[in-house]
This record gives sequence, C-alpha cells and structure tokens, in this order.
Amino acid sequence: MKYVDEFRDPEKAKFLLREIDKIVAAIASERDRPISIMEVCGGHTHSIFKYGIETILPDAIELIHGPGCPVCVLPMGRVDDCVALAEMPNMIFTTFGDAMRVPGSRKSLMQARAEGADVRMVYSPLDALELARQNPEKEVVFFGLGFETTMPSTALTILQGEADGISNFSLFCNHITIIPTIKAILDSPDLQLDGFLGPGHVSMVIGTDPYRFISEHYKRPLVVAGFEPLDVLHSVWMVLKQIAEGRAEIENQYNRIVPDDGNNVALESVSKVFQLREFFEWRGLGSIDHSGVRVRDAYAAYDAEKKFSVPAIKIADPKSCQCGEVLKGVIKPWDCKVFGRACKPETPLGALMVSSEGACAAYYQYGDIEKIHETTDAA
Amino acid sequence: MTNLETAENGTTRRRRRDRINVPTVTLAHGGGGKAMRDLIDDVFVSAFDNPSLAPLEDQARFYLADLAGHGDRLAFTTDSYVVSPLFFPGGDIGKLAVCGTINDLAVGGAVPLYLSCGAIIEEGVEVDTLRKIARSMADAANDAGVQIVTGDTKVVDRGACDKLFLNTTGVGVIRTGIDLAASNVESGDVFLVNGVLGDHGAAILNARGDMALSTPIESDCAALHDLIHSLLDACSSVRFVRDATRGGLATVLNEVAEASEVGIQIQEDKTPIRDEVKGFCEILGLDPLYLANEGKLVCAVAEEDADKALAAMNAHKHGRGSVAIGRAVAERPGRVVMETVFGGRRIVDMLVGEQLPRIC
Repeated sequence: MKYVDEFRDPEKAKFLLREIDKIVAAIASERDRPISIMEVCGGHTHSIFKYGIETILPDAIELIHGPGCPVCVLPMGRVDDCVALAEMPNMIFTTFGDAMRVPGSRKSLMQARAEGADVRMVYSPLDALELARQNPEKEVVFFGLGFETTMPSTALTILQGEADGISNFSLFCNHITIIPTIKAILDSPDLQLDGFLGPGHVSMVIGTDPYRFISEHYKRPLVVAGFEPLDVLHSVWMVLKQIAEGRAEIENQYNRIVPDDGNNVALESVSKVFQLREFFEWRGLGSIDHSGVRVRDAYAAYDAEKKFSVPAIKIADPKSCQCGEVLKGVIKPWDCKVFGRACKPETPLGALMVSSEGACAAYYQYGDIEKIHETTDAA
Repeated sequence: MTNLETAENGTTRRRRRDRINVPTVTLAHGGGGKAMRDLIDDVFVSAFDNPSLAPLEDQARFYLADLAGHGDRLAFTTDSYVVSPLFFPGGDIGKLAVCGTINDLAVGGAVPLYLSCGAIIEEGVEVDTLRKIARSMADAANDAGVQIVTGDTKVVDRGACDKLFLNTTGVGVIRTGIDLAASNVESGDVFLVNGVLGDHGAAILNARGDMALSTPIESDCAALHDLIHSLLDACSSVRFVRDATRGGLATVLNEVAEASEVGIQIQEDKTPIRDEVKGFCEILGLDPLYLANEGKLVCAVAEEDADKALAAMNAHKHGRGSVAIGRAVAERPGRVVMETVFGGRRIVDMLVGEQLPRIC
C-alpha cells in the first residue's frame, strides 16, 4: 500500500481537522445555516462514508452528495434497452459489474442473465473487444457507462476495433458529461450550496478550466479533490478557506494526478468518436440539455443504437422516489418517504440506492448511525 | 453410494481395481455399471484407501461406544463446493471440501471424525484432474486425522454443472461441557481473529485471471479443529467460534451482534489485512471485511481471558498472527461499528447480494 498510506495518516488528519475547526469557528457565527459543500463525484461519496469523514467534521459543515455516480443516474428506460439487447439471439452483452443490479422496469441485467441471456462482466471495454475477436460468429455489445473518466477508454476501443477490422463489436453508449449537470444543479431554484469538491478522475481528463463558469458566473468555489481521506479533508479545508476569505475560485488539490489543462490525447480520442446529444435523461434529475454523448455518424457501424433496434421507451422514475431532491441536497436520504423501507440496497427503488457510490446506499450501509436509527426504528 | 467401511476385525476385503484407461469422463461413467465402478475405484477408493477401507455396503457404520469416547453430543453438518477454478494458489476444490466441512464441525467444539464425499462430475472432465483432487482430499483428511468413509458419484451432461461439484458431510463429537453459540456474547467480551483476513477471496479472484495481476496471494485454506481445541483447552470463557467464510468477517460479526443482542465495535487499525489484499481490494473496489476466508476464525472470549486465549492461538501453526480486533458493547445492539484509522465511525452492515460468486 505504498503511495496510499500517506494519504490516510491519522496524525495529518487531526492537524487538518484542527485547521478546519478554526475556520468554521470564524465563519459559522455569521451564518444562519450550515456550510453546504457538494461532492459531485460518487468516488468521493464512497470515501466519505468508508472513512466516516462526516462523523469527524464539525456539525456546521454539511456534505451534500451529488449526482456523480453514473450507475445511479441511469434511467430505467436505458436499463430496459440493455436487457432488450442482451436478450437478442446470438448476442454477448458485456458490462461493468456494478451495472448488473440496476433495476429496469421489468428486470435487471442480472435477472436477464439468470433467465439465459449471455451477459458478461468485463473490467475494460478492451476485454469486450477481445471477446468479439474470439467469437466472430456472435455480436458483442459493450455497455458504455460513465463520465469523462471512462469515455476515453471506450473511444480508444472503438478506434482499435476499426483499425483491426472487427465488425461484430458495438457500443451501447450511455456516457454522460459532468459540466451541464453541475450547471443544471446550480440553476435549480431550491438550491443552497456554498461550494464544491470537484471530481478528481473526470478532471484528470478534462482539466480544471471547464469549471471556470462556476466561480465566475455562480460565484462558488470549487476544489478538484483526490479520493483518499486526507485529500477530502484537505479539499474541504481549501473550500472553507475560500469562503472565509470571500473568494470563489477553481483550485486543484489533486494536482499530483490532475493537470490543469487535462489530457489532450484522451480528449482528442473522445471528440473524434463522440458528439454531444441534444439532451440526455437522468434518473432523478430528468432531462438535461447536452449532458450525454453519442457515437458520431462516422463510426455508426460501432453504435449499437443504430445497429440494433432498441425499444428506447422512456420510463418515469417511481413516484415515491425523491432522488432528485436528495441529489440537489434539498433533503437528506433519510427524509425520503421510502428510504430504508420500500427502498433498500437489496431491492432498490430509487437510483441512489443502487450503487455503493449512491448517497442513499452509502447512508444505508455505512451511514449516520443516529439518523438511520431514528428512521428504521420508526418504520 | 459406495461404502468405504471399517471391517470389524481390521482386515479388508478388496476387490480387483482396474485403472481406467480413457483420458476423460463420459456419461458411461455415471451409468451405474462397470465403467462407473472402475471410475470410483480408480479415482476415489484408491485415494481414500486405508487399512480399514472396504467398499461393501450402502452406508458407513460406526460403534456408538467409539464415538462416546470423544464427548457427549454428535455434530453433523454438510456443505457443497462449487469453486471456480478447481485449482488455485494455496489449494483446490478437494482440500477446500475437506477443510471447510471439518471447520464447520470444529467451530461448534466438535472433534471431527468422518466425512462423506459426493461428487457431481461434468462429462469431459479429465480423469487425471479427478485423481489429483481425490488425492488432495485424502491428504487433507489424513493431515486432519479424519476419514472419508462413504461417497457417491454422478456424471452429468456437459453444461449441467461446471467440471466438478463436491459435497462433503461431516460427523463429529462435541466435547463434554463445551457450549459455543453466537448468542453467548456479553458486553465487554473481546473479539479475536487468527490472522490476516481476505486471502481466500482475493486468491480465487486472482486465479480466475480476469485481472491479469501477478499478485502472489494464496488461499488460507486450512483445517482449524486443532487450533480450536488448543483455544478451548487454554480458555474456559470462549463464547463462540465461527469460521469467516462467505461474507467474511463482517458477516460473522453481524450475525453475532444480532444473535447476542450486543453492539460490536472493531478498530480498523487492529484488523489484520495483508498489504497485497488491501491493494487488490483497492483496485477492484472490494471491501476486504467481506472477502471470504477458508482458514480464519473469529471468536469472542471474556475480557480477562483475552491474553491467555491469544497466547494459546499464537502458539499454534494456524494461529500465528492472532490479534484482538474489538469488543462487544451494550450500545446499539445488533450493530457492528468500525472505528476507522481516521477516528471516524462507520457501520459495517451485512453484505447485500453477492460480492463475488463461486468462491467456495
């Protein structure tokens, strides 16, 4: 665990916590509500719960767990499309493992597999391409999912497939893009956010410049943060310091990984293969303009949506779910009517209960003990 | 059923054994005829062979008086093994099937004595593979001082099972005066484990080759009865013992917290996990607390006996690396809470669904 333990050093954490306490003491008295900081990325949500970071931060800081879990925000209709593709004859449907359990309107991919569909977990789109190479008599579809973090590897796989003349491989593209989504959240009228922890892995690809509008137009600080617990604490401290000093800037805490101008090679492959969609549907947030990408026409032969006929039926989120409000930080997970009752990790109704990076699943599994007890005891 | 029974006078009636000369198992080997008998003789009977073995009847027979010498209650358990791949660093399905069932007996305070072996074989499996696995079962049983006394073999169509599934049923005798149960834990008791956690789960996942990592992680597969009896000899306040198999440490602790109606607090910095396994979990997004073990136990003892219990465990070859990881508390009965290296707290809940399929 070289290179990792130093970012989990309890002594350094104590030092940072003392510094955070000092700033909070100075600014909290002037405020009538907690300081709300949203971590956009599901990876941060996971770290925050795994290390119990919320339990050691002062009460005056409230962490809002944002929309950055691609599995969680996948709408039900798209899962139905996956199942329909997977159930086609002569098909090998490949996916990252955490998408297997996401409920569709009829079934999940895991249920489809149990009923006989050839659904296989892969760790990389290149594994799916390799399956296509090994099974020339079959069609292999890769379920492309995720933000800018995973887009380059999918794009490069398509370019590789084309270079190698592999014709039985295609992509069911559900890649989404973070910037329009942050903007949609900032435009929400019921929102009260004081700052952001920016997504580290996404920024490794896109750099820090695309966030400028957040500081310039919306006057909120954003700190691109790493995923180790000390990274998170350090970034929280950096956001607080900006608030205390009346600044709203884009800062980069994760500069050991994230270059300010991103990764140009990755960005080139992405723009070569993908183009923005007019809009994309998000579970819990509804349709957001320009928030998804599709395969460019030049690579239509690798686009499963063009190659096969998918139902593409829009399915409304379950009425009882309040995922949208939780995502925007308007309510806490345990304030949702179905949290911990009808909606549990083993039988998720809402998007945020699906993946361990979802705020509700994280609360349910690791969460704030007193709050969960109040909820489950009342149930 | 083929009975491999102890003949009363110690002599053995043997039938002629033919070594089968085809490389793979076919449906003919499951037909109940000569081909099946030859397969059983070649693979299983020859491996499990010992002076008291004679395949004669449809059941194994034991004298009650012999059993009663070990204690006052029978323990009886069964488990099926479907691990993929069949061979992995640190073991194979055969060793796993013997050690796993021995451990299920031993954690109840039983002296393990007899095992059965049921094998469901997919047509097309190499006979040499079966020979190796049967030999491994025999070695594990010999090392543990138990006998495989009865068995069954079925051959199924290709695709109806994956190469080989094993079932072992075990009979043991519980020592007089020992009463171990997950419901016995009291507030203040200390929880112990016998070494690093998660090796088996990580080894299996690595052996599947999906990750193409060259990480040298070996399964911890081992029979723990001798360690458990050393512990019981040294310490009279052992409340329960469980082997932390599927679902790992987290699952055992949750079951105990619920059964005993206590809260359990463990400390992340005291919970032993090998660096390689930590790194492996880091890459795959797994939590080592939920990874399977096949040679690790969790137990609780009264606080004043913890040092004594640890000393006894550490003196045993399967207990080097035993440590205390936490304690039972009165607050929040039914909940397991981990204090992180950071001083934060988080709930360690039951696992939802499967973390990894077919690990044992």
